[in-house]
Amino acid sequence: MLCRSARLSMALLAFPKNQTPLDPAGPQARHIEHTFLLIFWITSIVYAIVIAVLAIGVLRARSREAGIPAPFTPDPAVEKKAARIVGGALIATVILITIMMVSSFVTSHRTAALADQPALRIDVYGHQWWWEVVYPNGAAPSRVIHTANEIHVPANTVIDIHGTSRDVIHSFWAPNIHGKKDLLPGYENDLTFKVDSPGVWRGQCAEYCGMQHAQMAFDIVAQSPDEFEAWYRQQLKPAADPSSPEAERGRTVFLSQACSLCHTIRGTIAGGTAAPDLTHLASRSTIAAGALKNNVANLTAWVLDAQKIKPGCRMPPNLMNSTDLNDLIAYLETLQ
Amino acid sequence: MSEQRAELIEIDVSAEREVALAAELEEIWQEPPGFLGWFKAVHHTTIGKRYIVTAFCFFLAAGLLAGAMRLQLAFPELHLMGPDLYNQIFTMHGTVMMFLFAVPMMFEALSVYLVPLMVGTRNIAFPRLNAFSYYLFLFGGLMVFAFFFVNSGPDRGWFSYVPLASLRYAPGKRADAWAQLITFTEVSALSVAVEIVVTVFKLRAPGMSLNRIPIFVWGQVVTAFMVIFAMPGVVVSSTMLLLDRTCSTQFFNPANGGDVLLFQHLFWWFGHPEVYIIFIPGTAIVSTIVAAFARRHVFGYLALVLSLIATGFIAFGLWVHHMFATGIPQMSESFFTAASMMIAIPAGTQIFCWLATICTGKVILKTPMWWVLGFFFVFVIGGMTGIYVASVPVDLQVHDTYFVVAHFHYVLIGGAVFPLFGAFAYWFPKITGRMLSERLGFWSFSLFLIGFNITFFPMHLVGLRGMPRRVYTYPLNAGWRLLNQVESAGYILLFAGVLLFLINVVRSLRHGQIAGPNPWDAGGLEWAAASPPRSYNFLHIPTVNGREPLWDARPDQPVVIGLHTDVREVVTTRIMDAEPEGRDEMPGPTIWPFIAAVVTTAMFVGSIFRPLAIGIGSVPLAIALIGWFWPTREESSRRRRRDIWQQE
Amino acid sequence: MAAGVSQRRLALDVSRLPDVTFAIRSVTWWGTIGMMAIEGGVFALAVASYFYLHSRTDRWPPTGHPPDLLWGSLNTAVFLLSLIPTEWYRRRAHKGDLRAVRLGLIIASLTGVVNLTIRYFEMKHLNCNWSGDAYGSIVWLLIGLHITHLLTDWVETLVLTVLFFSPHVEGKRFVDAEENASYWYFVVLTWIPIYLVLYWAPRWLVG
Ligand code: HEA
Ligand code: HEA
Ligand code: HEC
Ligand code: CUA
Ligand SMILES: [Cu+2]
Repeated sequence: MLCRSARLSMALLAFPKNQTPLDPAGPQARHIEHTFLLIFWITSIVYAIVIAVLAIGVLRARSREAGIPAPFTPDPAVEKKAARIVGGALIATVILITIMMVSSFVTSHRTAALADQPALRIDVYGHQWWWEVVYPNGAAPSRVIHTANEIHVPANTVIDIHGTSRDVIHSFWAPNIHGKKDLLPGYENDLTFKVDSPGVWRGQCAEYCGMQHAQMAFDIVAQSPDEFEAWYRQQLKPAADPSSPEAERGRTVFLSQACSLCHTIRGTIAGGTAAPDLTHLASRSTIAAGALKNNVANLTAWVLDAQKIKPGCRMPPNLMNSTDLNDLIAYLETLQ
Repeated sequence: MSEQRAELIEIDVSAEREVALAAELEEIWQEPPGFLGWFKAVHHTTIGKRYIVTAFCFFLAAGLLAGAMRLQLAFPELHLMGPDLYNQIFTMHGTVMMFLFAVPMMFEALSVYLVPLMVGTRNIAFPRLNAFSYYLFLFGGLMVFAFFFVNSGPDRGWFSYVPLASLRYAPGKRADAWAQLITFTEVSALSVAVEIVVTVFKLRAPGMSLNRIPIFVWGQVVTAFMVIFAMPGVVVSSTMLLLDRTCSTQFFNPANGGDVLLFQHLFWWFGHPEVYIIFIPGTAIVSTIVAAFARRHVFGYLALVLSLIATGFIAFGLWVHHMFATGIPQMSESFFTAASMMIAIPAGTQIFCWLATICTGKVILKTPMWWVLGFFFVFVIGGMTGIYVASVPVDLQVHDTYFVVAHFHYVLIGGAVFPLFGAFAYWFPKITGRMLSERLGFWSFSLFLIGFNITFFPMHLVGLRGMPRRVYTYPLNAGWRLLNQVESAGYILLFAGVLLFLINVVRSLRHGQIAGPNPWDAGGLEWAAASPPRSYNFLHIPTVNGREPLWDARPDQPVVIGLHTDVREVVTTRIMDAEPEGRDEMPGPTIWPFIAAVVTTAMFVGSIFRPLAIGIGSVPLAIALIGWFWPTREESSRRRRRDIWQQE
Repeated sequence: MAAGVSQRRLALDVSRLPDVTFAIRSVTWWGTIGMMAIEGGVFALAVASYFYLHSRTDRWPPTGHPPDLLWGSLNTAVFLLSLIPTEWYRRRAHKGDLRAVRLGLIIASLTGVVNLTIRYFEMKHLNCNWSGDAYGSIVWLLIGLHITHLLTDWVETLVLTVLFFSPHVEGKRFVDAEENASYWYFVVLTWIPIYLVLYWAPRWLVG
């Protein structure tokens, strides 16, 4: 009830709820929201009191004399009374602060509770300006999958995002699920959480990391355990051989162009590691770290000149005639 | 030789003698005339005025940059400016506001102009160093704007984290420009800090014992100490950054044993106290204005002084609250949460004491008081959001979102800019001799207050809707558009408010009504001087009998006599009880500080391109400094004749 | 508070107060203290950074070779000895003893030369390179910080010595001499922790 009304007062107008701490999708975010609301109510009330006292005080004490009245010494009785009130206010302050402090400690403790439970570990590497996602699954290299910008997790399972950075500092933040955690070069940080139920939530890099910090988003896709299992098995597969002739040609284009220097497509000789793994590109809903929907038009535009879409990003423009380009896109579209 | 004590005597004062004395003092204290004289000036009112005007111009410039940002963010996926330009603009905005406006204005400018007047002396301690510090501040600012205009403006954010700012990810000179600007501003701030501490320790008017020092002066002293202990943090971090970039040291390179968080620790060791360096002078202004406009001594003098000092201490235990997301151990997180929230106690103490002063006073609502009321309304919101971000779990959600942007504009503008405009309205008559227009004053206040809240309140909400800070654009479907447009609209009112203030100033400079020494009938010593103050501040150095010297003065309050009037001599007093204990001759005008500043500037800027410049530059610098301190023959012989040695 | 027409009023006559004052009674002394506080802070944070970086590496120094003890220890000895003449001329300065102060300043200038010479060899035996790794960087930063103070104070001493043989000798000069002495104390006292950190910390921190 309290939460509801507060959430309303916070939300004001309706707005997309897939990237906000005010619509928790997991226990961590929920704990945090409770502390948030506690602080919200306490501070709002205290603020109201302070301003009320000020307003009344000014109105009552306003000088009605013409011009500037002479300085005076208020009588000791009044001063004593004032002193008592101030003292009381300070005691109240101390108490309220202690309450908020304790609540915040408790929440920290609760949100960290999953840290020592068995978890599905997902390695996330920050890059300028995309997210490399690796599922080691504690298993043999053959069972490790590489993907980018789209993190699939089984719902209601403990997830451990094990993060670091390949270049500058980034920050991993999906507010509906948990607070943020920085990915720092030279450090490895863990963020453990659960997602209640299937759904898609948006996350975004929250540490200024240069030119395209603004377009470094990712999706967290929570699935029922068997859906997740299916997805995982699909991702394990190398890229299927192209069926249509233009896709066939597209692959040749891909391999002959610079693409393979940076990108990997398992099942081909393309083994670059500087850029997102494209083995299952077509299975992803966005490209370029959330900058674009994943569709033919956008892919074409992106491959032709990524700099137009994401100025400064680490992918160069690629000059090629339209047939090559169309074939190439046709091929990329097959990478389910 | 006779006993070395000051003694009370009865003297005859006649109008003629006063006039003659005034003439003598003017003769010896006046600033040198002519064009060159402009560069030789050393009086604290001259330098103080320059500080005020310069810092305010930087505020206007950074404010215009803010306008550019608001325009870019008014529409989603707008490509009015690319990320490269936007990043320079927000970095310039933050850097200029913090390092070239907030700190220099709230601390250097105000204290240089006001503190010597308020403690009743004739000039600031080390006036030549003071001039030097101003020129460095000015040149540093000009340098960074020069870089900006040739598209080499800093673009790594106002705290320029590594490795983003290290050579590998920031080729070119942008990050160096930032780091070197820091060097300029730290030298000037540190010099002023020492001057203020010494001025207040040694140059207070007889009778101004510790428990009678005006709150404003207390505030500036606490600030000065914070500058002295905090600045080394940024000295070290920006130096390491420059060395990493120009001399291939490895401080911040994880590949070679360096560490990226070291920079953050060092920076915030300074960066957090800095925000109170900006805020404490603001509270000092509020205490002053509240007392003057409630027509009574401020309520809870001791409590206020103690909370200033407490803030000063606690401020050094908070720096990690800017790094909660870096994954530091929970234990230390809890400590820094506790410390951060505890700051609310001294802050609250001050708020409550002011409320008590107002409720028990006879409040007059003039422009300065309006700004103070605005301060309450705005700052307390900012303080409250400070409590949100002090809580680790909550901060992990709102850190680096627009919620934080809202927090710090509410505290910075509420805690510093509102009091500052109040201070302008309050001391303008003292500085210029003319009153500002009440009507325009009230209007610019209203516009600014309304515009401010329209601009910044929605930032809380857009931050809670997930909008990160430092983004040059945002997707259409994110649901941030409306709020951003409201914010940008608010900027127009802000702009109008500031513009109206400027108009008010320009008009009043010419047509404002003549103020007289004490238009507000206030209690501070500065109101005993003429408006604007003469070059020697006080005809007679006053003595003090209370916290509001003019209100508490006895009818026969003695004045100080017996200082030489043919040299710039002032009386020095004991730290605790301000008993007179000596006389000190202050240096006069000279060109050397200016020359030294020019050389230093060349040295600093040169070192961005060739580290060797430091070595080369140090030679002319040494020469300039020797010229600065070298006495003249007549000085030396005169002193030799007059020297009275301290008896052990 | 400006007085009007001719009248009697109370006044505080300060004409007999001294204008040559030392230590806590002198304005310049407090200025020097302020500067020391700032520079002390810089040293403290540099030392803190040294240990922070140490806490982030497993091998310290990474090369396994800490600086050679000889020259650094020698310099430390010279620094400590130099305090004796310093203290002597500092006290004589209070008394305005011209000959003593002149002599003291000459000695101070000479010790400066000795310190700088030894410092040169010190730097040749630090066994690390500032661009090699973070350890080297912080070592050179610390030594660099200190040598800057050493140099500036030395130059200051030279200038003051010259002044004392010029027609400019007067009360203020003796005050300056006293400042100069106290500043030398600062240079020496900051060296001791730096010496321990640079030369002994790596030996104690092994393992
Ligand atoms: C004038 C400057 C100023 C001031 C005064 C403050 C005041 C406070 N600030 Fe703020 N802060 C900044 C300037 C300032 N801040 C800036 C510039 C940043 C961002 C830097 C950047 O990232 O760019 C920042 C960021 C910042 C952070 C990091 C946020 C993040 O990056 O994620 C935190 C975290 O703890 C914080 C906390 C506080 C607290 C607890 C106070 C407290 O001092 C507030 C105390 C005051 C009150 C609480 C109100 C008055 C009290 C009462 C009326 C009594 C009753 C109160 C209660 C019962 C609660 N601040
Ligand atoms: C004291 C400090 C201070 C002040 C006063 C301000 C004032 C303002 N700030 Fe700023 N701000 C910061 C300190 C400050 N800011 C800091 C530290 C950052 C963080 C930077 C970073 O992330 O690195 C920041 C970041 C920041 C952002 C976030 C940028 C981003 O994260 O992408 C925004 C966005 O709206 C903003 C807006 C504003 C606005 C609209 C004002 C307005 O209040 C401005 C009001 C001023 C005017 C309206 C000027 C009017 C000018 C005239 C009238 C001139 C007339 C012309 C002539 C006479 C020549 N600021
Ligand atoms: C010099 C390195 C480089 C080359 C060559 C390169 N790319 Fe990229 N590519 C990148 C980087 C880096 C990204 C990530 C950009 C971002 O999101 O900021 C990327 C992103 C992409 C994406 C979006 C992937 C995703 O899931 O977001 C596609 C598709 C793509 N590249 C296709 C191609 C094709 C096709 C070619 C060759 C014609 C090519 N790239 C050549 C570096 C390169
Ligand atoms: Cu990555 Cu911001
Ligand atoms: Cu802080």
